[in-house]
Amino acid sequence: MQEMDVSVWRGDANGGGLEHFKVPARDSQTILDVVAWIQQHADPTLSYRYACRVGMCGSCAMMVNGVPRWTCRTHVKTVLKDNAITIAPLRNLPVIKDLAADMDPFFDKWVAAGGVHHPTRTRDEPIEILDPKTPERVETDTGIECINCSVCYAACDTVSNNVDFLGPAALQRAWTLYLDPKDADPNAILDAVSGKGGCHNCHSQGSCTLHCPNGLNPMKAIAGLKRATVSSFFKGGR
Amino acid sequence: MLGLKLYMAQRLSAMVMIPLTLGHIAVMIYAIQGGLSAAEILGRTKGSVLWFLYYGLFVLSVSLHASIGLRVIVHETLGLKGRALEIFMWLSGLLLLAMGLRALVAVTL
Amino acid sequence: MIRPHRSHPLWIAYLLHRLSGLGLALFLPVHFHVLAFALNQPERLDGFLRFADNPLVKLAEFGLVFLLAVHVFGGLRLLALEFLPWSPRQKTLAASAVAAAFLVAGTFFLQAV
Ligand code: FES
Repeated sequence: MQEMDVSVWRGDANGGGLEHFKVPARDSQTILDVVAWIQQHADPTLSYRYACRVGMCGSCAMMVNGVPRWTCRTHVKTVLKDNAITIAPLRNLPVIKDLAADMDPFFDKWVAAGGVHHPTRTRDEPIEILDPKTPERVETDTGIECINCSVCYAACDTVSNNVDFLGPAALQRAWTLYLDPKDADPNAILDAVSGKGGCHNCHSQGSCTLHCPNGLNPMKAIAGLKRATVSSFFKGGR
Repeated sequence: MLGLKLYMAQRLSAMVMIPLTLGHIAVMIYAIQGGLSAAEILGRTKGSVLWFLYYGLFVLSVSLHASIGLRVIVHETLGLKGRALEIFMWLSGLLLLAMGLRALVAVTL
Repeated sequence: MIRPHRSHPLWIAYLLHRLSGLGLALFLPVHFHVLAFALNQPERLDGFLRFADNPLVKLAEFGLVFLLAVHVFGGLRLLALEFLPWSPRQKTLAASAVAAAFLVAGTFFLQAV
């Protein structure tokens, strides 16, 4: 049977390095299958994270040959080079162990970017009816299919160079909430994204948009936030 | 590291400088034909209010724009932050402004 | 330096914008310093301009004009990206900015030699 050379990063917060494994090649094999094979047949102590295996939960992202990817939906044949693959934990996040990155900073920034709902109504009032055809809603629809996988966060060099930067996913979330007519406090969101780690630090490198597995466009969302904050600046609010 | 105010300052100075820079390049392409001499350059610029205002605005905008740009680069590549970063930005801006105004005076007054 | 997650046109456009900006910021003090010769040492300014007739210096000037033009056109692209309605043609726009900069710097060079 044909075997592939797979290098896997092993270690923890104190450091580590690549370990090499021979993994049997199969048809329709994903990177997550490769990692699972190693853990089940070669080294049961290998740590990694996944849940749904179908690209819904966003927990399986890793660096594959230096590129952040959702591993459950990445076919080996699309990334195999010279019969070899290198798999490492997500960039720009602390490592817990082996391929499992600590997602806390990523989610903390969602909250810091104003990514919490500010309700307009209470549970006793009827649900507000939204028209799906308004321009705001159409724009919102292009940003809400995020699965929180942190691929964009790992792809972004501004995140690596500027510790305060909120990152593409959190800012895209803020943009969709800002557009939401059911959000009572859009100005709170503009304040949250105008601080020292806010949307104005983005350099539009576009790695977030290029690598997003769901085809979303955080670069566009961040540009939207920049435009919204600039017009609020001219209106004298900020 | 870059809030809304600095961002605005950098984008507005950029918008001011786009026509100024394109004009500057056009003048360079025109003036360099047949070589340059100090007399030729100064003959065009000395005593001209228009060139004084043109390059005066240019020097102001570029001092703003470049010091904010350098602030970003120094923070992102060297990790300078806090007070040291503010001081660096102001010093580089003031240095550019002082040197630019000296050149402006030399060439147009 | 161009690691796998960076090898795409918009990242290269970012790198070009940053390097050209840095280069211009470092060049400006020298530019200002030489111009200030006009104030009290006009002969040094002329001496400098004669030195600039050297073909190698002409090539360096081409480089400087290219840095300036690529920063201006690249900046124009970024302003459009941030302030105009979203366009999906960002890669084309970035490439056009570089092409326009080459055109401008090339015109300068042809007039200079
Ligand atoms: S395991 Fe859920 S997205 Fe990959």
